[in-house]
Amino acid sequence: MKNDLLIKICMGTGGLAAGGSEVMDAFKKQLRVKGIKADISKHCSIHRVGCRGLCAKDVLVDIILNNVKTTYQFIKPYMVERIIEEHVINGNPVEEWAVTEDYHQFHNKQIKVVLSDCGNIDPEDIESYLNVGGYDALKQVISTMSPKDTIEIIKKSGLRGRGGAGFPTGVKWEICFKETSSQKYIICNADEGDPGAFMDRSVIEGNPHAVIEGMIIGAYSTGADKGYVYIRAEYPLAVERLKKALNQARQNKFLGKNILGKKFDFDIKIKLGAGAFVCGEETALIASIEGQRGMPRAKPPFPVYKGLWEKPTVINNVETLANVPYIIRNGAEWYSSFGTEKSKGTKVFALTGKIKNSGLIEVPMGIPLREIIYDIGGGIENNMAFKAVQTGGPSGGCIPADLLDIKVDYESLAQVGSIVGSGGMVVLDENDCMVNIAKFFLQFTQSESCGKCIPCRIGTKRLLEILERITCGKGREGDIELLEDLANDVKATSLCGLGQTAPNPILSTIRYFRDEYEAHITKKKCPAGVCKDLLSYVVIAEFCKGCGACKRVCPSSAISGEKKAVHKIDPDLCVKCGACFEACKFKAIGKG
Amino acid sequence: MRVEDLDVNEMIGDVGKIICEHDRKKGVLIHAFQKIQQDYGYLPGEVLMTLSKKLSLPLAEIYSVASFYKQFHFSPRGKKVVRVCMGTACHVRGAKNVLNALEDEFGIKQGETTDDLAMTLETVGCVGCCGLAPVATINEDVVGDIGKKKLELLVKAIKEEEK
Ligand SMILES: Cc1cc2nc3c(=O)[nH]c(=O)nc-3n(C[C@H](O)[C@H](O)[C@H](O)COP(=O)(O)O)c2cc1C
Ligand code: FES
Repeated sequence: MKNDLLIKICMGTGGLAAGGSEVMDAFKKQLRVKGIKADISKHCSIHRVGCRGLCAKDVLVDIILNNVKTTYQFIKPYMVERIIEEHVINGNPVEEWAVTEDYHQFHNKQIKVVLSDCGNIDPEDIESYLNVGGYDALKQVISTMSPKDTIEIIKKSGLRGRGGAGFPTGVKWEICFKETSSQKYIICNADEGDPGAFMDRSVIEGNPHAVIEGMIIGAYSTGADKGYVYIRAEYPLAVERLKKALNQARQNKFLGKNILGKKFDFDIKIKLGAGAFVCGEETALIASIEGQRGMPRAKPPFPVYKGLWEKPTVINNVETLANVPYIIRNGAEWYSSFGTEKSKGTKVFALTGKIKNSGLIEVPMGIPLREIIYDIGGGIENNMAFKAVQTGGPSGGCIPADLLDIKVDYESLAQVGSIVGSGGMVVLDENDCMVNIAKFFLQFTQSESCGKCIPCRIGTKRLLEILERITCGKGREGDIELLEDLANDVKATSLCGLGQTAPNPILSTIRYFRDEYEAHITKKKCPAGVCKDLLSYVVIAEFCKGCGACKRVCPSSAISGEKKAVHKIDPDLCVKCGACFEACKFKAIGKG
Repeated sequence: MRVEDLDVNEMIGDVGKIICEHDRKKGVLIHAFQKIQQDYGYLPGEVLMTLSKKLSLPLAEIYSVASFYKQFHFSPRGKKVVRVCMGTACHVRGAKNVLNALEDEFGIKQGETTDDLAMTLETVGCVGCCGLAPVATINEDVVGDIGKKKLELLVKAIKEEEK
């Protein structure tokens, strides 16, 4: 019997959805039956599984036997017995269930700082974090460094805010430190509203203590004695883990009065967001904590001068704060050795869309986009052609195929009309219509606009109307110019970041895919075959065998034809559902 | 929670000391809504009225805050809340089809509740499992990778629990 056995099971939102807890139960049961002792730790999904489609099908499990690690994919409860029998007892890993080459490739080009412990430690157990050097940074800061020294390290590391704007974190802290006030606050922004991004959720679910430690160090450096984590209510698992972690931190005297025996008091409260994208904007977030409608106000004054309840307030993103303990522990030089001249360190991205290995990745700033898509992401799903990458969500833009070699950092992306943003990266292929994508984002920003300022409230509505008419075949000559004009006005005159960036998806799709807009407007065609109103289905006579498959699936009886004779689609009855297109085995249904 | 038992001082904590009475009461509003909704499933009019009296804040002010946030509802909700993710990753992987199919199946539109209060159908802007797109949630459980087969199972799962 081996005694050195560790089993790690993916238990993030993705892992749980795939049946992580059932697999865990199966392991527990089998180990009991077979009389083996093991330390079953909860292993969060993000690092290994990384929601890279693996958790879609099943659960990822690490078996570490006498320091040799084997990782299995697609594990279901019934497979557990064989793994225990063959691998754990007899020492022969079950090769056919182990991860394949693309799993390793997925990790090879990544450099992990924020995610370095995610997936290795048990997020619900502070001991697990302490064992990998957790809270060492805090101890070092409190016992040997002044707030000024700490700020100096963060400044030197080059860390910039990961919430979107990229403001240097050390500078923000320094301003707050210099403010004289009886009361200061630090807020962790975990509102993560970008539809298509899940970095912050994964960090909190995988390593909540790193965020808490970062916040405490931030509080010490700025003089804040109260902290809030403003987190989306849609993330129940993250909230629960954060609550547990806060309690454990209090028990260990990292939070509360006289932290670690020094004259430094600090505690953190959780505030649940109530479902409004604009509340991710810092002044709106403050309004929401104060119990008002979450509407932004004009800046300046910036929150570091006048924030929550009019007091100096530092607001930082989850990922920004989670970087802090690692920077303190390893030094500013170490951190700034990653990245480019102006964008230091690493960045976490949520790589999703039409990509083979979708998931959470962490890469050094300045990595070529091509490496992310093809080396880490493994290329496009189903061998389709790459069309574009959308970065920065509703505030960002898209990057077309001929710019695939650009570096991913704040400056380079801004140059091509996109942004790093919070880190969403959605890959689009030849079957995606760019006008439709722009419309999708505008629908989002238009419905999330808080309505306080006119350019955003009415401007986004008008922009959306124009896009809607283009996609339903009623586009007019001059619409593209009108869009550009209006988009620039909304950008220039909106009150907050939401309106100022909302037109970006339109401007960038026009910039790179003007021909698609033109095809919609003048030819009334959607080249990607997405916009239903511009589509028609026809039977291609030379391929049609008259099998009747299309006729049977048609929900509106629009298809007629005798057996073994060429069928016909009545365009007046056709509802363009595409069922016949999918049903035909002979590729005899044409779409266009 | 009974609104009468609501303890403003406790809810707001220490910050209460530095802000004026009116702000202090407002500060607890969202928290109070969340508690009320936890108990009732929505924000009933009478309860908001009581809250207004208790806090001496005009009902209009209370309504203005509550109506700003998507999370708060003013009518009863279904036992099962099904949320179809409409985030970017799910969008490009066919979230619309999932939503349409559920709308057809249950005869309600998004944002509506079935007459027997069994189910409410909603959309959400990314539940953070984009790797599993398209995604829907039934109460707090996540269902991912919804193809045709999975969709049938999903419908069945929703219906089963209705009984
Ligand atoms: C409409 C809008 C939404 C935002 N959403 C978020 C968000 O979800 N998370 C976040 O950290 N920052 C968000 N921000 C940026 C914040 O306003 C703020 O810049 C950031 O939290 C500062 O932290 P950092 O310096 O660590 O990046 C948003 C900004 C705007 C304009
Ligand atoms: S877009 Fe649906 S889970 Fe992220």
